[in-house]
Amino acid sequence: MNARPTTLFEKVWEQHVVRREEGRPDLIYIDLHLVHEVTSPQAFAGLNAAGRAVRRPERTLATVDHNVPTTHRSLPVADPVATRQIEALRENAAEHGITLYDMGHDRQGIVHVIGPELGATRPGMTIVCGDSHTSTHGAFGAIAFGIGTSQVEHVLATQCLLMERPRSMEVRYRGRLGPGLTAKDLILHTIGRIGVAGGAGHVLEYRGEAIRALSMEGRMTVCNMSIEAGARAGMIAPDQTTFSYLRGRPRAPAGKAFDEAVARWSTLRTDRGARFDRVVEVDLADLEPQVTWGTNPGMVVPVSGRVPDPADLADPDSRATAERALSYMGLEPGTPMQEVELDRVFIGSCTNSRIEDLREAAGVARGRRVNPRVNALVVPGSTAVKAAAEAEGLDRIFRDAGFEWRESGCSMCLGMNDDIAGPGERCASTSNRNFEGRQGRGARTHLVSPAMAAAAAVAGRFTDVRSRM
Amino acid sequence: MSATTHGIEPLRRVAGIVAPLDRADVDTDQIIPKQFLKRVERAGYGQFLFNDWRFHPDGSPRTDFVLNQPGYAGAAILAAGRNFGCGSSREHAAWSIADYGVRVVIAPSFADIFESNCYQNGILPLALPEEEVAGVLARAVEHPGYALTVDVEACTVGDAAGWRLGFEIDDFRRRCLLEGLDDIGLTLQLEAEITRFEERAAVRPAGGNR
Repeated sequence: MNARPTTLFEKVWEQHVVRREEGRPDLIYIDLHLVHEVTSPQAFAGLNAAGRAVRRPERTLATVDHNVPTTHRSLPVADPVATRQIEALRENAAEHGITLYDMGHDRQGIVHVIGPELGATRPGMTIVCGDSHTSTHGAFGAIAFGIGTSQVEHVLATQCLLMERPRSMEVRYRGRLGPGLTAKDLILHTIGRIGVAGGAGHVLEYRGEAIRALSMEGRMTVCNMSIEAGARAGMIAPDQTTFSYLRGRPRAPAGKAFDEAVARWSTLRTDRGARFDRVVEVDLADLEPQVTWGTNPGMVVPVSGRVPDPADLADPDSRATAERALSYMGLEPGTPMQEVELDRVFIGSCTNSRIEDLREAAGVARGRRVNPRVNALVVPGSTAVKAAAEAEGLDRIFRDAGFEWRESGCSMCLGMNDDIAGPGERCASTSNRNFEGRQGRGARTHLVSPAMAAAAAVAGRFTDVRSRM
Repeated sequence: MSATTHGIEPLRRVAGIVAPLDRADVDTDQIIPKQFLKRVERAGYGQFLFNDWRFHPDGSPRTDFVLNQPGYAGAAILAAGRNFGCGSSREHAAWSIADYGVRVVIAPSFADIFESNCYQNGILPLALPEEEVAGVLARAVEHPGYALTVDVEACTVGDAAGWRLGFEIDDFRRRCLLEGLDDIGLTLQLEAEITRFEERAAVRPAGGNR
C-alpha cells in the first residue's frame, strides 16, 4: 500500500466518518459517550420530551463526580439541588439502560479517571463527554473532546455528531524531563508558550522522546490540559506503555482478542512524511517546576521566577489582562514566586488524582508536616484509586503529615460541592483552571504538579520540590 | 424537517444595543459561575449571566459592570475581546446569554466548544477582525445605547451612522440559524446511513477496537 502519509488524528477521524457531504460538517460516529450528573439532565429531558431512545446504551457510561460530597458517603447529599441532579441521572440511566457507577460503587470516580481505569477508553476510538477535560482520553490515541449539552442529546439520540474536521497541530518536544519534573510542568510550560488560545481549532499531537518516556498517568495529565491551550483535543500515539496499561482492565479485550487489538492499535501512528497544519517545537532543556501566577493557565512562570510586570508586555490587551489578573490574585509585580504564602493545598482533579500522582505527592509528604497555616486536602480521582492508595499506605503518609484524606470526586477543582476556598484565600492546586472564582468566589488558585503541591503544603509557600526530594 | 426538541428560534436579523465587555479570554466560569450549574432545567439562566462580575456577594448590582450601567440594559449584542468563552464546556453559558436576550456575540475569536454551543442555541458568535471589534467596543463605550444591526441573511453588520461591514460565516451554520434547524433533526434523517456504518464497522478490522 502506498497511501498518502497521514497523521494519527486523520486516521482515527477518517475511520469514523459516517457521511461526508459538500457544504456540511462531517457526520462522525462516536464509540464511547461518558455522562455525568451536571451536563446531562437537560439532554435526557430533551430526549424524553421527543420520545426518543438512547441509540446505543452499551456505548454510554455514566458516573456521578462533579457534585458529590467527598466527606461521608453513607450520609445523604446535603444540598437538595445537587441531589436532584444526582437523582435525575439515576432515573435517566435506569430508564435508558445505561450503566451508572453511582456513589457507593467501587468503580465510581471522576469520569476521566474511570474511563481509562475500566479499559473503556481504548486506542483509535472517538470519545465524547459533556465536559471539556474529555481531552484526557487522547492519551490513548483516541480522538476525545468535550461537547455541550445539546450535543450530548445529539449523541444519545444518534450515536453521532455533526462536526467540521479540526486542523492538526504537532507539538514536538526536544529533550527529556529532568529529575523532579513532571507531565504537569511540561504541559503548563507548553500552554505558557503557545497561549490559552494557541491550539484553537486544532487537535494536538504530542510527540518526542519526553512524551514516549511518560507513563499513561503522565500522558493523561498532558492531554487533559489540551483544552487549556484552547485545543479541540490532544492525542498521543499508542505504544507498549499504552498496551501494558490496558491489559487486564475490566472492559478491555482479553486473551487472543487483546493480542489482535494490539496489532490494530499498533497501526495508529503518524506516518513518516505526514503533514500537520501547524507545528510547534518546545524545548525542555531548561525546564523547571512550573507555577501559575494569574487567572488563566497560560500565566505561568518557573518556580525560581517572579510575578511578571504587566508594564513589560507590549500588547495592550495582554497588559490589561495581566493587570486584572494581578489585582484579583493580590500579587505585586516582581515578587519571587517562592515568597508567595499559601492558605490551602488541593491535590486532586481529573488532571492529577491518579495513583502515580498520589505516590509523587506522598513521596514528598512522607515524614514531614503540613505547615500549620495551611489546610491541605487530598481527593483521589476514583474509588479504585483511593483503595489502591490505601493498600500502599499512602493515606497514612498523608494523614500523618496533616493532610485530609477524602472520598473521590471533582471536589475543589471547581467547588460545586462543599470543598471551596474562601474569598482571598490562596491555594496551590493540582487541578487545571486558575480562573477567577473557580475554587470559590474570590479564591486565588495557583496550578502546580502534585509533588510541588505537597512541597508547598509543607513549606507554607512555593518551593522548588527538587530541593526536597 | 423533524421538529426540534427545544425549539431554536430562527435568527435572521438583530437590531439592538451593544454591551461592550473589553476583556480578552473571558471564560465560561465568568459567564456563568458553577453554583448555577446544579439546576436540571434549560431555562431561566439569564439572571445569573456574569453573576460574580455583575453582583456583589449580597446580591446587589455592581455599578462598575457594564450590564448595570445606564444605556446598556436590554442589550441584544455583546462585544468582547479575543478567545471569548474559553474553558468549561458548560452550555449553561450559551443558555444564560440567550436567556438574557443577547442573540449575537461579537469578538475577534471564540473558543471552539462555546462557539458550537452558541449555534446549538440560535446565537450568532460573530468573529470580526480585531481592529473592527476594537472600533465597536470604543463606540459602544463612548455612546451608551450604541446599536448595531446584524443581518444574518445578507451577512452584514452596520450602525445608524453608516459604518457597515460584510462578514463570512459557515454556510451550513448560517442556514441552521436562518431556519432554526437543530442538528438532531438533521442527523435523524440519516438513520439508515448510521445503521449501515455500524454494520460495516462491526465487520471491518478497525471496527473491532470499539
